[in-house]
Amino acid sequence: MTAVIPAGRSAPGAGFLRRSLAGRGVDAVLILLIPAVAFTALLFVYPYIYGITISLQPQGGGGALANYRNFFSDPYLRQTIWNTLRLALPAAAVSVGFAFPLAYRVRAAFRGRAVITALFLLPLTFGSVLLAEGMTEIFAPTGWVNLALGSVGLPHVQFIFNYTGTFIALLLTTVPFSFLLLAGMFGSIDRTLESAAATLGAGAAARFWRVLFPLMVPGLVTALTLAIVEAFAVFPSAVLVGQPDSATHVLSIPLYQAAQQQFNYSDASAIAVIMTIVELVVLAILFGIRSRLYRGPATSGKG
Amino acid sequence: MAQQTLQPPAVTAVLRARPRRQALRKITVTSVITWAAAACFALVLVALVTSVVIESFATQWRGGWWPGGFTGSWYGQAWRGGVSQALTATFQVAVVVVLIALVIGVPAGYALARRSFPGKSAVMLFLLLPVMLPPLTYAVQLSALIYRIGLGGTLTGVIIANLVPIVPLVVLVTVPFVERIAPETESAARVFGAGTFRLFLHVLVPLLRPGIAAAAILAMVRVLGAFELTFFISGPQSQTLVVALYGAASNPAGAAPPLIAAMSVFYMATAVVLLLIGLRFVSPADAVSTGRR
Repeated sequence: MTAVIPAGRSAPGAGFLRRSLAGRGVDAVLILLIPAVAFTALLFVYPYIYGITISLQPQGGGGALANYRNFFSDPYLRQTIWNTLRLALPAAAVSVGFAFPLAYRVRAAFRGRAVITALFLLPLTFGSVLLAEGMTEIFAPTGWVNLALGSVGLPHVQFIFNYTGTFIALLLTTVPFSFLLLAGMFGSIDRTLESAAATLGAGAAARFWRVLFPLMVPGLVTALTLAIVEAFAVFPSAVLVGQPDSATHVLSIPLYQAAQQQFNYSDASAIAVIMTIVELVVLAILFGIRSRLYRGPATSGKG
Repeated sequence: MAQQTLQPPAVTAVLRARPRRQALRKITVTSVITWAAAACFALVLVALVTSVVIESFATQWRGGWWPGGFTGSWYGQAWRGGVSQALTATFQVAVVVVLIALVIGVPAGYALARRSFPGKSAVMLFLLLPVMLPPLTYAVQLSALIYRIGLGGTLTGVIIANLVPIVPLVVLVTVPFVERIAPETESAARVFGAGTFRLFLHVLVPLLRPGIAAAAILAMVRVLGAFELTFFISGPQSQTLVVALYGAASNPAGAAPPLIAAMSVFYMATAVVLLLIGLRFVSPADAVSTGRR
């Protein structure tokens, strides 16, 4: 972004630069930004770069890329990428599929809307550690859910300490997350668009499929993306209600073992870098899809 | 899109939406399925919380609908066995993190809301990254660095680590609140002779109070639940409640289930209190959507 000075005004007097910068919004107020940007650079970007450098200095020797080579040559470790995707992608898809119709139903204000939103905020406030701990109570082989299944004549189901357990734990946080996000997006679509469609003779189904849904598709992709990001870093529930040595041996587990059990920060940083790259690839794909969708105005008011 | 990001959509939606009873009266197959699914979800959630609370009062509960007997002694045991210390650490970390984040973040949010300058979207994206990326992608690198400078396992280290996602969060929460204040208000204060400092202290801070409260509560909730960052950096003396809870729950030979449940109830109670305070200031959709698009 270099300042292009128009040909007719190329006689810089005193203070011209300052005035010209101020015209583009650059003035002393921007000094207020410096602490926050410097802070983020110092404590987010710098540690990250530090992490990349130590990941290239393996503790066991063997060349700069030894950590990465070890990771990708060991099938048990390589498998963790697949294990993570196998959990995160379906969990995100299910939670968006679950939350979207509900967010559509509560787009209008009615009595009980506040109760529903508060109920959905609760699991987000609790976090996955507490939810996983609670799941070991109700989803236990003789817990309430299995007792309820038994009392209506259904067979017992092994809900926890396997893939299902971590999957349910993920849903407990990604469903409310997607719901609140989508409810906010439905709220930002101008209600008069629906009224206009109704005036022009569109029925409820047509209003949904031909008006609201196309406007919500970018929001859906965003919600899906963020749900994947959330689900991707699954850690406490993979240990507490999963099967951390096989079915839910996700990327975060070798990361934890390298850092906390072997104190090999070099190896742990390498795994964290791999995790970031896989995340960014997933994000890039979804944002690429989103950028091809409709992005025109759907909100009302002065925008 | 940048403009849209800065609008607080939920607030306008709440203001604009009118009750539409007739829409609710219609019963269709899809509406039945939707509400049934939502009811199932709510039921699981309520059952989960209830069973944890019942377990915390049980003498012993080895499956079945109801435990054998009740006692309140687990709470005392949990309190003495680490909860009091973890709770103290949690609040110390939360208060310091929130104060520092407000001092750094609110002015930056003001600058971002009031000025549009070349590279603004790059700055926004830069600040979005630590909020959007899961903490696990940078927790280990950060803890390696913090251990290296000798702050590993200390309360200071935990505070530094928790600040990383919170400072940008406060910036992004502040932006829409500043945008709601008319710039004319500031000009008027200047006309009447207020300097920059007095302008901030006597005009902007009082007007921004809802925004500051929202940012503070959201940051508090985040610190309370921030598991990964604290987990990798804290030591036995500096662990927060959620890390202590994980430690107890993940140890197969560890504490008795009712004791863990009692710890969970302490944690839940703190979270619920914060949530109730927070709902007075923040619209629920803002809680997740701010800075996340």
